[in-house]
Amino acid sequence: MRNYYIFSNGRIRRKENTVYIENEQGEKRAIPIEDIDTIHVFGEVDLNTKLLNFLAQQNKIVHFYNYYGFYSGSFMPRDRNVSGELLVKQVEYYLDNEKRFYLAYSFVEGATFHILRNLREYKNTENFQEKIRTEMIKALETNTINELMGCEGRARDIYYEAFNVILKPEFFIDKRQKRPPTNPINALISFANSMIYSTVLSEIYHTQLNPTISYLHEPRQRRYSLSLDIAEIFKPLIADTIIFKLVNNNMLKIEDFEEDVNYCYLNNTGRKKFIKEFDQKLATTIKHRKLKRHVSYRSLIRFECYKLIKHLINDELYKPFKAWW
Amino acid sequence: MAEDIIDIINFQSLKTTGIKVNYLYVCERKLWLFDRGIQMESTSDKVLIGKLLGEDSYPREEKRDMMIDNLINIDIVGNNEIREVKYSNRMYNADRIQLLYYLYYLKQLGIEKKGIINYPKMRKREEIILTDDGAREVEAALVRVKEIVGMDKPPELQKKPYCTKCAYYEFCFG
Repeated sequence: MRNYYIFSNGRIRRKENTVYIENEQGEKRAIPIEDIDTIHVFGEVDLNTKLLNFLAQQNKIVHFYNYYGFYSGSFMPRDRNVSGELLVKQVEYYLDNEKRFYLAYSFVEGATFHILRNLREYKNTENFQEKIRTEMIKALETNTINELMGCEGRARDIYYEAFNVILKPEFFIDKRQKRPPTNPINALISFANSMIYSTVLSEIYHTQLNPTISYLHEPRQRRYSLSLDIAEIFKPLIADTIIFKLVNNNMLKIEDFEEDVNYCYLNNTGRKKFIKEFDQKLATTIKHRKLKRHVSYRSLIRFECYKLIKHLINDELYKPFKAWW
Repeated sequence: MAEDIIDIINFQSLKTTGIKVNYLYVCERKLWLFDRGIQMESTSDKVLIGKLLGEDSYPREEKRDMMIDNLINIDIVGNNEIREVKYSNRMYNADRIQLLYYLYYLKQLGIEKKGIINYPKMRKREEIILTDDGAREVEAALVRVKEIVGMDKPPELQKKPYCTKCAYYEFCFG
């Protein structure tokens, strides 16, 4: 099973038990339903309820992105993975300050571990590493989510500042801007983060976790905020390493971006380059120490959901994933 | 003797699904998780194979997938026997208690039959008869199922030789 990415405009339809993707030129491509994990739609496509009913029956997710490549929403089939008890536990851990803080801190800890792991790969970043460690020690002494978020935010600013040491000078980042990204590096980070977000959301969907109840981010953020929580751990591990590779090996160029008034975004060639690497990364396997089998980066995200479930049902204390290789 | 025990235990409060009785013999932890709706079966290829096998085997039988009391789902009901279709006999003990439980359940409803476990892939069948000892074993199993699902956290992880084949393997060890 794999992810399908649709960049061209056209139509997706069901014909018997196969999904057909048709572009504007009328070229058709058949995809066996069993091969689909998730479909990501970037182009302008038409689809009908016949297709959606089929995808629902087969339990397949479709993520939609807008013109600028930002996540717009998802079609997620009726939830079959329901556990009332787990939902109650999820809420209980949100309402109890101490329990919430433990999880929130764990997500930050996992994120920082991978941030520092990235920085160690590059010269002249020791100074940044030191400052980030200081913020993390401060974070340990806080006990409100707000203060924790403050430390996390500062650590992240320092991290992005270090990008200027890591990345080629054309991709200079003055500061992280999200809405809207105004230069190529911000556009790239935003696109990469939305890919991580939707990937985590797909994995959460395949478990009994409710994606709206979160610990580090506030559940009232009008998003599937648990996805944001778990994404923190994987953004530096997966997205940022791809960014470094694409930029520093000249794989992505300024021509891969479009600029509108006050708006910068990756064009289709740029997105394709990112997604090619992204897909490869997700499929890359490593030998799991406890399972003693090879598992993909994508399954590591699923396991993070499992670990969270185990924590919530009082089975095993949650420890954020930290790449050990 | 067996009659006495049946009277003593409150069958109504103990009755459960066949799969939970089966899981009790496979893994108590799996039983607990399954009971809480933390299910992995939907993503397991082995579960899918088992389901397809059940659907495709013995197409000439008429009474297939008989649901009783919205609780007990019997693969095939014949005149004198009930049958369960299983992929392999690796979990024979679990399959056996599940079928014993069905026989026991039917007996409560005044129906007496014998049981057969079909292993079509292995071209094998096992006959199961509900004896007094079997009835006692079912009762003990029902009490134990109730105990397990009543626990406030899942039974601890125990490494069993067949863990790696289980749909919960990555959940438990990942």
